[in-house]
Amino acid sequence: MSETVSGPVFAILAFACIGGAIGMLSARNTIHAALWLSEVMLAVAGLYLLLSAEYLAVVQVLIYASAMSVVVLFIIMLTLREREGPVRMADFSIGGGILAGLTGVILYMALADRGDRISAMPVEPSGTAALGELLFGRWTLPLEVAALILLVSLVAAVWWSREVDS
Amino acid sequence: MAVGPSAFMGVAAVLFSLGLYGVLTRKNAVMVLMSLELMTVAACLNMVTVSRFVTPAEMTGQVFAVFAMAVFAAQIGIGLALVLAVYRQTGSIELSSKKAT
Repeated sequence: MSETVSGPVFAILAFACIGGAIGMLSARNTIHAALWLSEVMLAVAGLYLLLSAEYLAVVQVLIYASAMSVVVLFIIMLTLREREGPVRMADFSIGGGILAGLTGVILYMALADRGDRISAMPVEPSGTAALGELLFGRWTLPLEVAALILLVSLVAAVWWSREVDS
Repeated sequence: MAVGPSAFMGVAAVLFSLGLYGVLTRKNAVMVLMSLELMTVAACLNMVTVSRFVTPAEMTGQVFAVFAMAVFAAQIGIGLALVLAVYRQTGSIELSSKKAT
C-alpha cells in the first residue's frame, strides 16, 4: 500500500531547482536572473507532479513561470536607466550567507525530524477532481476571500502604478 | 532508490535559505521581490510535501498552497507596482539609503 518517487527524476529536478536558484543569485544581469527564476518555477512544477499535485503544477507553470516572469521582466525594462543598464557587479555578503545558511540548516533539521517518522508514501486515492470538490465544497469561503484579495490587489496595483500628473 | 519526504524538505530548505540570502543581500528592489518569490515557493513545496505524505485524501496542504499562491501573487503584483511608483518618484530602485534621495 505505498508508492515511491522515482529517484533519478527527483535528483534531476532538485538539481534544476537549486542550480537555478544559485544561477539567479549569481547572475549579474537582472534579466538573466528573472529567466533563472522562471526555470526554478518550472522545476518546482515538476516536483509538484512527482508529489501528484497536478493542478498545482499547472497553476505553477501558468502563474509563476509565465505570467509572473512577464510582469517582472516588464518592471525590469521599465525601471532601466539608460546609462547603467541591467548589468551590475556581483556582490556577495558573508554575513548574509552565514545567516541564510544557518536558517536553512535549522529549518531542515526541524522538518526532517518530522519527515523521518513517515516511512512510506501513501497511495493517492484522489486527484484534481477531488481537489476541485474540496475547494468549492468545504473551502468555498476562503476561496472567495482569496478571489477578493486578488481583485483588491489588482485595483491597488493599477492605482499605484498610474501616471501622476503634477 | 526511494525518495522520502526529507528529500523534498531538504530541497525546500535550500530554496528558502537561498531566497533569504537574496532578500538580505540584494540592493535591487526587483531582485529582492524575486528572492521573496523563491522563499514562498519553498514554503508551498513544503506544504504540498507534507500533504502528500501525511493526509493524501484530505489534501489540506494542497488547498492551503492554492490560497498561499493567490496571496503571493497579489503580494508580488502590489510589490512591483510599488517599485514602479518609487521609480517614478526617485528615479532609482536601489534599496541603499545613499542613492534613494
